[in-house]
Parts: sequence; structure tokens; C-alpha cells
Amino acid sequence: MQSVVPKRTSAPLGATDSLNPKLRRKQRNGVAGYAFVSGYFVLLVLFGVLPAVYAITLAFTSTGGHFVGLSNFVKTGEDFRFLPAFEHVGEYLLIWLGSLFVIVVGLALMLHSISRRVSSAFRFIFYLPGALAGAASVLVWLFMLDPTVSPWREFLSLFGFKNLGQTILPGHLPIIFAIIAFWAGAGGWIVVTYGALNNIPNELIEAAELDGAGAIQTALRVKLPLIKKWVTFMLILAFAAGTQLFVEPQLVGEASLGLISPTWSPNELAYYFAFQDNNFNYAAAISVDLLVIGLLCAAVLVFRTKLFEVE
Amino acid sequence: MRLFNRIWSRTFAYVVLLGFTAFFVVPVIWLLLSPTKTDHELVVGNPFAIGTLHNLSHAIHVMFTFEDYALLNWLKNSAIYSFGGILIALAFSIPAGYGLAHTQFIGRRTLLGVTLFVMIMPATALVLPLFLEANAVHAVGTPWSVILPFSFFPFGVYLAYIFYSSSVPKDLLAAARIDGCNEWNVFRRVALPLARPIIALVTFFAFVANWNNFFLPFVMLPNSTNYPLPVGLQDLLAATPAFNPGQGGQVPIYRPELAIATIVAMAPVLIVFLFAQRSLVSGMLAGASKE
Repeated sequence: MQSVVPKRTSAPLGATDSLNPKLRRKQRNGVAGYAFVSGYFVLLVLFGVLPAVYAITLAFTSTGGHFVGLSNFVKTGEDFRFLPAFEHVGEYLLIWLGSLFVIVVGLALMLHSISRRVSSAFRFIFYLPGALAGAASVLVWLFMLDPTVSPWREFLSLFGFKNLGQTILPGHLPIIFAIIAFWAGAGGWIVVTYGALNNIPNELIEAAELDGAGAIQTALRVKLPLIKKWVTFMLILAFAAGTQLFVEPQLVGEASLGLISPTWSPNELAYYFAFQDNNFNYAAAISVDLLVIGLLCAAVLVFRTKLFEVE
Repeated sequence: MRLFNRIWSRTFAYVVLLGFTAFFVVPVIWLLLSPTKTDHELVVGNPFAIGTLHNLSHAIHVMFTFEDYALLNWLKNSAIYSFGGILIALAFSIPAGYGLAHTQFIGRRTLLGVTLFVMIMPATALVLPLFLEANAVHAVGTPWSVILPFSFFPFGVYLAYIFYSSSVPKDLLAAARIDGCNEWNVFRRVALPLARPIIALVTFFAFVANWNNFFLPFVMLPNSTNYPLPVGLQDLLAATPAFNPGQGGQVPIYRPELAIATIVAMAPVLIVFLFAQRSLVSGMLAGASKE
């Protein structure tokens, strides 16, 4: 199927291979193929496969290097910081994914119903904060959440917040991180969802309107089911990334005067085990927990949705 | 009635869209305005008032000269790590995408599948394992401990693969072979020059990812002279009396100065966003529209 020369069935099945152009081409092609991918393959092994294998090895051994079975997983799982860390992230994910689903899809549907030129301006504005992803976005939001300087100080005072410490109380963090993630990340997803909506054939929408469906009915009953695949894609990717939360609790914790636990998220806990306790085996065990979550998400996306058909 | 409904729902859409515009834009405007004001003015004044050039240059001066031009040093580090990673990523992912799309070899489908998996998995999940690995070979603290993991960019391979398999026809490559090109020259003289849009696309995504990456350099680089900007920002945040009153003003970094540092950190990505808009769109279309 990949052979580049036209099939020459009439060519004699050569006395020697070197006389058979098809076979010769194929062999040369094979060697060339390896040459083209070899550099990337080395990187994949060194920085994709090996670290994972090494982390798994550490996770199943003791500090002395003996095989200890699941002991590291059990001990880290029983640690008093383990469950809260996963609960924090779970709470955050619930809010973040909920808002992604309702607001991103809602905004994309609205953008799709107005004129294309106006919507492209909106899309660009929504996408712009993506430039401040990571540490910069957290810093910006520390200002936004500080009632003494925030442009939304009246709004914050409605909740009775008088200083930053009151806004970023530990109980508020899941929703705060969801807001930050939404601010920096929603725009990209709005663009993707809008693109998916644009691929819906016009006839389908016109047919629905002829049948008497209003704008909202068309949106919910015709457009939404047709972009289901992309919405699933967005939710799984956001879930996978959300479980890895690190920079947000790290930076907000820095500004909280010690109110926020340094092991707020699972990745922070793994970091803590590695750098404060010097227990790389515990750190590796939690890393493997998180790796498995990431792998499961990837598996669902690859095998259950048909988004990545490679051939 | 139908018409009324339509007008009503459209008005509703505009109101909601404008509301969200405010949510997305207000923080950016506030950030850009704040270095023109003093810390005191930020507290007592109108949040959207424009300050003075004098305040701006003062804040810039304080922030840039802070700790012997630490900010410039972080900026330089960020540039080295990001572009070092991008260069190696490009050098390996473009040929790999081409090889996966247009050559046959044993293990090709497996390699494609593995690439897909690592691409979808959040990169953060590998940071601590990478640290453990780097620690085992005593590479922690070196620039390479950040640049090399950056250079592994499976998404770039996937983009190049999609581009080559969808927009570069096999006939074109076959023609070059008939003209006497060997496999390497087919790639170098035919496939590589066609890859310009995909190079731009991979550079864009890798740049945004590398520039904003916090966790990897944070664990790999213990020494503040090696920090890239995002990690430097955390350092500033920890030291500033603006967020940690306990620091007692030993560090002259207040909110206007922090805002400068944040602007410096985001400016390169913002500029790339603004300028890449058109070519990015055409690049994506080049991959999608041609047969």
C-alpha cells in the first residue's frame, strides 16, 4: 500500500533480489525509514520511556533497592496527606470540567450564531489570556483576588473579603484555580469547539429550522450532538491536565503566609516526598499513580473516540 | 413571533459575550496599566486610571536592576531553554513525521501509536520521573536537564506526520525518485522545503509550551542564576513584601515592579500570538484543505 513505484506484476520474480526493482526499493525505503525516525526514537526512549520505567522501578523498590511489591503505594496511600490532595484536585476538576462543558460550549454556540467577522474578534479576545498561562496567570490572579487593588474590589467585598488572605482561604482554592484555568485556557477550547461547529453542514441546520426548531432548540438538539466527539476530547484532555496541578497551588501557597498546605495537590505531595523527605521511592509511587491516570485518559481518547485515526 | 425570538436570543448572546469579554480582558488591561502607578495609587486610586511615565520608568528601573539584573538573566535563560528545545525538536520531529508518513519499516505503526499516547498524556506527569532519571545520571542543575526534555515533543511529530500524509502526495515524491534523487535528497529537496507551514506551527506550539513551563525547570534547577522567568517569578513572589508583609521591605519589589516582571514574562508569547495569527491559520488550513 505504501510502495511508491507502480506495481509491476509482469516483472519476473527475479533470479537475484537486486534485479527486482520493487523489492530493492522496499528495502531501501525501510532503511531510510529508520534513518528518518531514529533521532526522534532516541528522544522518545530517553525522555518518554526511560523516566517512566525508572519511576516504576523506584516505586516497587525500597530505598535500599530491594523489591517491596506494592508497599510504597500502600504507604503513600495511607499517608494523611494523600487523600486530601486527591480530594482537592477532584473538587477542582468538578468545577473546571463543569464550567468547560457549560460555558465553553455555550459561548461557542453563541459565537456560531452571530456574524463571522464579529465572532472572530471575540474569539481572539477570549484566546488572548492564553499567552499568560502558568506562573504569569497565577500572579495576575493574585492581583485580581486581592481586594485592596483588584479592579473587581466591589464585587469581592460583596462576599465580605477584605484582604487577600480572606479570598484565598484553603476552602476557596478549587474554585479559584478553576477560574484561573478558565481564564487562561477556555479561549483555546472555544476556538476548537467553534471550529467543530463550523464543520456542521448548513443543510442540517436549515432543515432543523424548516421543521420549526428555534435557535436554542437547534443549538441543543442538532449542533450539540454533532460536536459531541470534540466535547469529549476537550473534557478528557482537561481532566488529564487538571490532575497534574502544580504551579497554581505552589504560587498561591507562597502568597498565603503558610495557610495553604505545601502538599495541596498530588504532584506537590510527590515533590514534597522527593525534596523534603528525600524519599524518591514514595515520590515515584505517586508519580506512577498520576502516570496511570494520564495513560488511562490517553487510552480512552485513542481507543474509544475516533479522533486520532492515523491511517 | 419567530422574528421576536430571534432578536431576543441574539441580544442575549451579545450581552453574554460582552460580559465574558470583560472577564477575559480586564485583568490584562489592569496588568498593563499598573506599572504606571505607585503601589499606593494602586490601592487608593481608580483601578483603570492611567498613571505617569515617571512611575513606569521608576518601576522598570527597580525591577531590571534588582539583584544585579536578575530579570534579564532569567529572560536570557528562558530564551535559551525554549529555543534550544525547539531547535532540537524541529531537527528530529520533521524527519520523523516524514518517515512515519512516507516510508515503510517494521514497527512504524507501533511508533505512531506510542507517539499518540505520549502526546495526549500531560507532560507534567513525566516531570518527577524525569527528575529522578536526571538525578541518577547527575544531570540535575545543568541547562541540558531542561533543554533535552523540551526537545522531546511528540505533538510536533504528530503534526508533521499529519501534514506529510495529508498534503504531500506520494506521486510528487515518486517523481523525485524517478529523477534520480536518493531517499535523503527526496526529503531534503522536496519534502523539507514544503514543510515551512508545519515548521511554523510546531515552533509556535513548542514555544508556548516551553516558555510557560514551570514544573520542569522548577525541579531541575536549584540555582536561581539558572532560573527561567516563570520560576524567577515565584522567587520574586516569595521575597516581595507586597504579598508577604513579614518580609519587612528588604526587597524593593512591590506590585508595580511585580507587574513589570509579569509583563516581561508574558510579552514574548503575546507577541508571537499577535504576529502568528495569520500564518498560523494559513498553516492549519494548508494541512486541512488540500487533498
